[in-house]
Amino acid sequence: MAVVFEKPKMLADVPLHYCPGCTHGIIHRLVAEAIDELGVGEKTIGVAPVGCAVFAYNYFNCDMYEAAHGRAPAVATGVKRCLPDNVVFTYQGDGDLASIGTAEIVHAATRGEKITTIFVNNAIYGMTGGQMAPTTLLGQKATTAPLGRSVEKNGYPVRMSEMLATLDGPAYIARVSVHDVKHIMEAKKAIKRAFEMQIAGKGFSLVEVLSTCPTNWGMSPAEALKWLEENMIPQYPLGVKKEVE
Amino acid sequence: MEQQIIVAGFGGQGVLLMGQLLAYAGMLEGQEVSWMPSYGPEMRGGSANCAVVISDRPVGSPKVEDATAVIAMNRPSMEQFEKNVVPGGGLLYNSSLIEVKPTRDDIRVVAVPCNDIAQELGNARVANMVMLGAYIELTKLFPMDALVEALRHKLGPSKEKLIPLNRKAMEAGAACVHKA
Amino acid sequence: MARQMMKGNEAIAEAAVQAGCRYFFGYPITPQNEIPEYMSARLPEVGGAFIQAESEVAAINMVYGAAGTGARCMTSSSSPGISLKQEGISYIVGAELPCVIVNMMRGGPGLGSIQPAQSDYFQATRGGGHGDYHMVVFAPASVQEAVELTQRAFDVADQYRNPVMVLGDGIIGQMMEPVTMPDYKPRNLPEKTWAATGWKNDGSRPRAVINSLYIQAQDCEDMNKRLQKKYDEMAQNELMVETQMMEDAEYAIVAYGTTARIALTAIRQAREQGVKAGLIRPITLWPFPTETIAKAAKQVKKMLTVEMSMGQMVEDVRAAACGACPVGFYGRTGGVIPGVREIYNQIMSMKEAE
Repeated sequence: MAVVFEKPKMLADVPLHYCPGCTHGIIHRLVAEAIDELGVGEKTIGVAPVGCAVFAYNYFNCDMYEAAHGRAPAVATGVKRCLPDNVVFTYQGDGDLASIGTAEIVHAATRGEKITTIFVNNAIYGMTGGQMAPTTLLGQKATTAPLGRSVEKNGYPVRMSEMLATLDGPAYIARVSVHDVKHIMEAKKAIKRAFEMQIAGKGFSLVEVLSTCPTNWGMSPAEALKWLEENMIPQYPLGVKKEVE
Repeated sequence: MEQQIIVAGFGGQGVLLMGQLLAYAGMLEGQEVSWMPSYGPEMRGGSANCAVVISDRPVGSPKVEDATAVIAMNRPSMEQFEKNVVPGGGLLYNSSLIEVKPTRDDIRVVAVPCNDIAQELGNARVANMVMLGAYIELTKLFPMDALVEALRHKLGPSKEKLIPLNRKAMEAGAACVHKA
Repeated sequence: MARQMMKGNEAIAEAAVQAGCRYFFGYPITPQNEIPEYMSARLPEVGGAFIQAESEVAAINMVYGAAGTGARCMTSSSSPGISLKQEGISYIVGAELPCVIVNMMRGGPGLGSIQPAQSDYFQATRGGGHGDYHMVVFAPASVQEAVELTQRAFDVADQYRNPVMVLGDGIIGQMMEPVTMPDYKPRNLPEKTWAATGWKNDGSRPRAVINSLYIQAQDCEDMNKRLQKKYDEMAQNELMVETQMMEDAEYAIVAYGTTARIALTAIRQAREQGVKAGLIRPITLWPFPTETIAKAAKQVKKMLTVEMSMGQMVEDVRAAACGACPVGFYGRTGGVIPGVREIYNQIMSMKEAE
């Protein structure tokens, strides 16, 4: 019987802990497929963040680290400098990367560390229960912004990809979304491209993936995907922000 | 026997180097030695000092309070450290830059016109070597050759050509001790 | 190898390289800058790597990454920077990774001063970061000893898969003394089969997961019990203490690092005046030489702890003496170095107070 669909080798055969409708599962799969297709699974080392993806070390079927909150790019730097021929990636959320870990991501990027960062942006702190993130949209409600994010109280949401794309160190920066099949296919391409950049030794690469949090947004999974498309994409425009030759 | 030396002056007078050379020469002579710089904010402000201990047993305190000798390359240094010389100890001061005389009468005082002698030798930068020559002559701590050897090590092979001038400076400094 | 004059910081760096350290991650702070400076030039020569990190926080997390690959690596800093590293140190303990951390202490709290201090004793010996943990803490009192203890630190770290701290006061880093580089030979150490190097999935080893998260309380307690066993072993095997002139001593001075050197000179002077003083110098601050002090407390009339702090180690000394003799304290802090005369006067006044 012909096999028409199977789990990527890079994903362990264990149930994921993510909430129903969460897009982390899709993004995990895209990362795993990219690594499988590039044939580098045996030399890949991943670094999981603090946040919803904290257990990613249980899901990716390669050697893994669990890093302190925000520090994954520093940990990955240490790994990559010791093992320059390995493929090293971090998998981080928006609280982890865009708030507590801004110094680490900016400096790993500007040093041109040959690592790949998968940056999952769902505009909220998921694991801790829906607090405001640096990426939370204006007007969006969070448990620590009960009336919605306001410029006066909370300032503006941060666009990390655009910021990082101004640096000389990154080889590839792109923002993608997983709210429908077409965009999932594009996300897959971008993630694979990011790993290719690392393998080619071009420099730092990052893919920001717009993602949903139905639980903390208080929506059904379908509503959440629609909300992402209508609200997040205008704030966080999709596309390749930087790509070197 | 234990020598406890304080070397002090402006930054740029080679004060820390003077201390290092004394310690290095002591080590070459088989002694136990330590060199401890002051590295406080005064470093940025321009004054520098270091403490050197040269001993025939493992060095206890690397910090020197009761100095067997104080080498003062400028006036603030002399004023600060004159009190630290033990009775019978030595105070060598750079009389080119220090116009006042030390006040103590229970110590041996040697005036060394370091900058004047260095000028005469044609290189103001060897003023510190003039002073070291005087110190060695006063204490007979070790032969001048040990000091030259220490300097040779510090300068490295590329600056070997500077050795004769420095030796001359040390000798000129040594001569001052007897004039005094 | 011949004796050579070396600055403490540079000697520590070279000793680390000779012990196989190939990766260094640091951030500038006085008075330890010579360590990263030396490493930045030296490590590329031996095929290693140096990174000046964006912060001490990043530096210790780079160490976490590097240590997880099985490489010998280290970081160094001074008091305020070591405070920043505490998060990473706790994670390194939790993930059971070996590394060496050098703290060249300066005056605190806060930004404090840049001159020598010993006021990070509590931080170093009590854990410093969150969670129940310990690390072996070496307190060198000379440049030569700093070299030897740095090399030993790498072995101890590897043996127990735990960070090890070399705790110097600023003087140890800034002072120059003659050094003979030891002919370093590692202990018989276990292979690093746990390291993350890329997983072949061929049955040769399980998948490596460098992690300190145990979300089930029972798992986390079990992990702590496992760590505790290691601490017990470290305490059993790694204790180091030096005593001088204690055989007939009636007064014991307890001091570590440079302070012990200054105290030694004061003790020698007191002996010249017929006062039978002796020195107990803990070389490891954790584990602490409790038994040596307990035994001495039964022998001497009085003890005096001298520190460049307002009194930290003295708590351990008092606990060890357990009331067998009075334990006094004398300290200078904030970067002020106690002088020989001050300590001598303290010893003489102990005698006179009788």
